[in-house]
Amino acid sequence: MTTLLIFIIVLFVAVALWQMVKIFDLAQVGTSNNQVATDKDNKFNGYMMIGFLIFIYAITIASFVYLGDLPLMSNSASEHGPGLDNLMVISMIVIFTVQIITQFLLHYFAFKYRGEKGKKALFYADNNTLEAIWTVIPVFVLAGLIIYGLFTWNDIMNIDESEDAMVVELYAQQFNWKARYGGEDNVLGKANVRLIDLDKANILGVDEDDPNAKDDVIVTELHLPVGKPILFKMRSQDVLHSAYMPHFRAQMNCVPGMVTQFAFTPTVTTAEMRQNPDIQDKVANINALRLERKAEIEEAGQDLTYEFDYLLLCNKICGKSHYNMQMKIVVETQEEFDAWMKEQKTFENSLN
Amino acid sequence: MSATAETHVHDDHDVHHHKETFITKYIFSQDHKMIAKQYLITGVIVMGIIGIMMSLMIRMQIAWPEQPNPLFEALLGKWAPGGVMDADIYLALVTIHGTIMVFFVLTAGLSGTFSNLLIPLQIGARDMASGFLNMVSYWLFFVSSVIMILSFFVEAGPAAAGWTIYPPLSALPMAQGGSGMGMTLWLVSMAFFIASSLLGSLNYIVTVINLRTKGMSMTRLPLTIWAFFVTAIIGVISFPVLLSAALLLIMDRSFGTSFFLSDIFIQGEVLHYQGGSPVLFEHLFWFLGHPEVYIVLLPALGITSEIIATNSRKPIFGYRAMVASILAIAFLSTIVWGHHMFISGMNPFLGSVFTFTTLLIAIPSAVKAFNYITTLWKGNLQMNPAMLFSIGLVSTFITGGLTGIILGDSALDINVHDTYFVVAHFHLVMGISALYGVFAGVYHWFPRMFGRMMNKNLGYLHFWVTAICAYGVFFPMHFIGMAGLPRRYYTNSNFPLFDDTTNTQAVITVFALVAGLAQLVFLYNFIASIFYGKKAEQNPWNSNTLEWTAPVEHMHGNWPGELPQVYRWAYDYSKPGYEEDFVPQNVPMKDGEEELHH
Repeated sequence: MTTLLIFIIVLFVAVALWQMVKIFDLAQVGTSNNQVATDKDNKFNGYMMIGFLIFIYAITIASFVYLGDLPLMSNSASEHGPGLDNLMVISMIVIFTVQIITQFLLHYFAFKYRGEKGKKALFYADNNTLEAIWTVIPVFVLAGLIIYGLFTWNDIMNIDESEDAMVVELYAQQFNWKARYGGEDNVLGKANVRLIDLDKANILGVDEDDPNAKDDVIVTELHLPVGKPILFKMRSQDVLHSAYMPHFRAQMNCVPGMVTQFAFTPTVTTAEMRQNPDIQDKVANINALRLERKAEIEEAGQDLTYEFDYLLLCNKICGKSHYNMQMKIVVETQEEFDAWMKEQKTFENSLN
Repeated sequence: MSATAETHVHDDHDVHHHKETFITKYIFSQDHKMIAKQYLITGVIVMGIIGIMMSLMIRMQIAWPEQPNPLFEALLGKWAPGGVMDADIYLALVTIHGTIMVFFVLTAGLSGTFSNLLIPLQIGARDMASGFLNMVSYWLFFVSSVIMILSFFVEAGPAAAGWTIYPPLSALPMAQGGSGMGMTLWLVSMAFFIASSLLGSLNYIVTVINLRTKGMSMTRLPLTIWAFFVTAIIGVISFPVLLSAALLLIMDRSFGTSFFLSDIFIQGEVLHYQGGSPVLFEHLFWFLGHPEVYIVLLPALGITSEIIATNSRKPIFGYRAMVASILAIAFLSTIVWGHHMFISGMNPFLGSVFTFTTLLIAIPSAVKAFNYITTLWKGNLQMNPAMLFSIGLVSTFITGGLTGIILGDSALDINVHDTYFVVAHFHLVMGISALYGVFAGVYHWFPRMFGRMMNKNLGYLHFWVTAICAYGVFFPMHFIGMAGLPRRYYTNSNFPLFDDTTNTQAVITVFALVAGLAQLVFLYNFIASIFYGKKAEQNPWNSNTLEWTAPVEHMHGNWPGELPQVYRWAYDYSKPGYEEDFVPQNVPMKDGEEELHH
């Protein structure tokens, strides 16, 4: 139905455009028009420039009003998140300040200095001082952003191996995720895709002879204890994938043939996040929208009601079902985590 | 003495001219103006229509993923049974749309059209240094285009690994349907394309260095020529690296080597590859891939510089700074490629280095933007369609460029990498900006190419609808990205988390469809004006550059008689002491007149 409506709209717009083309063509009959802009054209387009400037501001404001709550940009759930969000906010302020001023100057000048017959432009070819000013100002602003950015980057990426971090392997394959915990010794057993043995259900290619591997735990839902530093080791068995955990401001590619890593400390449990007013607003909004598409959603076999959960998404094109490669992340208290972990089978016991 | 020599040369040309048959004039032409038109029609118009159609299908799929769309079935046939698009073909559309727009339309189409047309005409040369190589370059491009389009007709579909064709996805036919014959054709097509691009670029470089007319020193070159010249140099430096990456990928695919592959288990079996790294491919790809952005953008900026100065009736502000910033951008463009790879698994220290170089590139870009704005200041702006598109380019260049500050910052990139934020950023800063450059160039030089004028009112209509829709499409898209929505998803309906973006997606798609329709206005104007447009005067825009001193009629050798001699830079607009508000480059200096820009 929507498609049909859209096609009708598009059709009408096409007809409208065609009509306008006709009108423009007819308007030219009998005038000695050499297709070079006249004063009238300059005036019309000059005013259009101001109109366009207003349009740019309007769409900026509209985007912020309707889309600017961005729960993913403001309620981070990891220790490094707030610092990153802060940098983002500062960068956005810089960007929008420059955007608003330069767009104003550009379009206002286009309006103000629109051509008139007999007027002569100012012959003004150079001014070293001016150019120095707008070279130096960006230098300082960018230097500030670079320095702040690099400190943030180093904080996030410098992983202290000696720190008391829980090691978790994220394992990617077309088109799903697995997670492997080091078990009681917190050491991951050696692994290589050449050791994969589907008959024995050794799907991650973990080395069965490695004593460190025996207590490893392989799961399809990622559980993390709150407040505990987590060191992720990423592997992929087939093509490039990217482990994207937007709520934690975390992302790293999974590359076949090498182990990549990323570390963060989750700070907000799933239960706490569900109580967050911003998230509740977002969820309520989503559920209202889902109710409108009820039939469609039920036909697709999904739950109608959406409940907030952290997610791990694949964010590197990886093939046909790239759009559905996800894993639920549950952040919980240490006790809940320990209880959950107890229920899981160790690698040794999971083999056939 | 030189006069007789020139006349003699011209006579030779005249003799040559009469021997032209239909085939040598229109098909296997060695005349730079004809080759420019060939590039314009195949590279920009035909490939552009295909690329834009694909983008509209992509947009409709994103906005209404569940609804069968009769258009899909009509255009995609077996890949959209009942109007429901196949997930593989969605990725193929994304891939080929990117490839066609970046390489075929905005590299070959843009440079091929305007470098070919303008380099000889604006530097005062009779033709390119090698007309034959120029012809070969075009026909290699043609073959490359045909192969790329043919890849849609192979059994398992065209390449579908994204325009960046990262292995192992692109290397393993079992990973994806499109990585079979489709990817082979993609690689073959690109090999032809790179050969074409290299021949073209070498020709441009040699022509600019050797064939400038008397008095045309490098510091008197119009900024268009500077931009085309530097673009050609970047192309010669970086395209061979892509060729080597493509060759190594072909080796991995077909001859069992392991340059980019290691430790792979797929579809129940372990492959023999060992020791390679996909990250190596990413380095090689982006060593071209990033300069490529400037290969696309610089010619558009050059065109804009020329058109803004001409239509403002003012000298371009800060000519030397403009040249310096082109050179700075060109240099920096070759050392920033790593900002596409912050989270690829490369050493985080490299990330710091690339953040630094990347944000440096914002400085010459800012200088260019400010200089354009200052050129408008106290001008006498003639709002021709070309001028509107040039102002539009500066606007989208600023909007799109600014978000680069976020993406170029390694820390911030972690969270917006590969989301719609990136899609919005690069479409504005290089896609839309470069397309505006193409449109500006077509409107401005149409009289030079076809001897007729395009209809200005249709031009206004085309611009304003396009301008509004471009912002309507890409501005809200940033916000979808900042909500964390990854790009290249066939449908987002498996993520209720993103359900609140669906309405925005629909709005964006409507803007995109209207923008697509607006291009039909351009197409109509373009084709109709070739045949029925008003006959053009020799210098309709009162411009200073040499191409407007040549006769309107198509002639081999560009100028009858002597080549024009150059006495001044290209930007003596509204110069005090002259009655007219322009002084063409071939007008000698008056006694005591100063060449102000030195």
